Amino acid sequence: MSKIVRTVANQLILFVVIFGLYVIIQGHVTPGGGFQGGAIIASGAVLLIVASGSQEIKTWLRERRLSVVESSGALLFILLAFAGIGTVFFFNFLVGSRLFGGIPPVGPNPGDVWTGGVIPLMNLGVGLKVMAGLSAVVLALALFSGGEELEE
Amino acid sequence: MRQFFGWLSLVVLMVFLVIGALFIMRPFGEPPSVMDDYIIDNAQEEAASNNVVAAVLFDYRGFDTLGEATVLFAAVTGALLVLRASHKKEET
Amino acid sequence: MIHSLPGNFPFVAAVVLLGIGLYILIFRRNLIKIVMGIAILGSSINLFLITLGYRIDGDAPIYTEVPSELMVLPVVQALTLTNIVIGVATSALILSLVIRIYRHTGTLDSVKSRRMKG
Repeated sequence: MSKIVRTVANQLILFVVIFGLYVIIQGHVTPGGGFQGGAIIASGAVLLIVASGSQEIKTWLRERRLSVVESSGALLFILLAFAGIGTVFFFNFLVGSRLFGGIPPVGPNPGDVWTGGVIPLMNLGVGLKVMAGLSAVVLALALFSGGEELEE
Repeated sequence: MRQFFGWLSLVVLMVFLVIGALFIMRPFGEPPSVMDDYIIDNAQEEAASNNVVAAVLFDYRGFDTLGEATVLFAAVTGALLVLRASHKKEET
Repeated sequence: MIHSLPGNFPFVAAVVLLGIGLYILIFRRNLIKIVMGIAILGSSINLFLITLGYRIDGDAPIYTEVPSELMVLPVVQALTLTNIVIGVATSALILSLVIRIYRHTGTLDSVKSRRMKG
């Protein structure tokens, strides 16, 4: 693409990533959460691939790193589910403790981020997984259609 | 012949579904909600979050989210496996 | 505005989308159009799930600055969110297979590319 498009895309990617992280981390107060925020950041990756071409992006957005990020997100989700195994599987064991342990007042109220128990951490795990997975799939499709295959 | 059977089956299915949607479905806007009334009333004490949909996704019905994470992982792995270079070794 | 529409109009809209998706799946031969038909089927089911859980004059089920305490059903919205993500992943997998078929047989017609080549 031309130089104007590449420059604007390089400046816009910062705002897209910040907005996506905001939607992920405030998933228990406002509408949003892990899946929505991960899709926003993956669409930022699509913007970079369309603007600069897949051969330039391939040098720093490698498939090996994205696979590590995706697997660590899935492992975080499963470990948090197993951590409350004393009562049931998927028990919310952080309600009332010091980290993310506040309880909101009953009824409509202005929201507080330090509530939610184990839900914000699970949002982070699922957000990492969706972001890395969708970016890897889009990068593989762009590289394969351009004539050059993905190498090991 | 095959086109005739295709059209016949599609028309019969559509007529049945439209009649079902207009007359057999319950009236729009009054769903039975015993489980959801319990969840709306008690989500702020038990799950300690303002967002009831996030509490349902990760606390009350966490198994569905686990299954969906598995499906996403399998689909991404399958797509990356299909789009890989096929190394054909020629042996002389 | 919703209760001035005659009867169960949103359910009929979901059924019309289902009909369009099934028509594409039965009568079209281009592989890319078949993938689009599968995506339209998924959208019709998502619309049907959302309209099952609507209460008249209800608000979004989030307690942060909500105007009233009458809320729509939250479980159905969680199921729809899961279904949307699964639809995206399935479409990505199907499209990668379509690209492989095009590289191997040279055509995008679903009848012509059915013969097995070496």
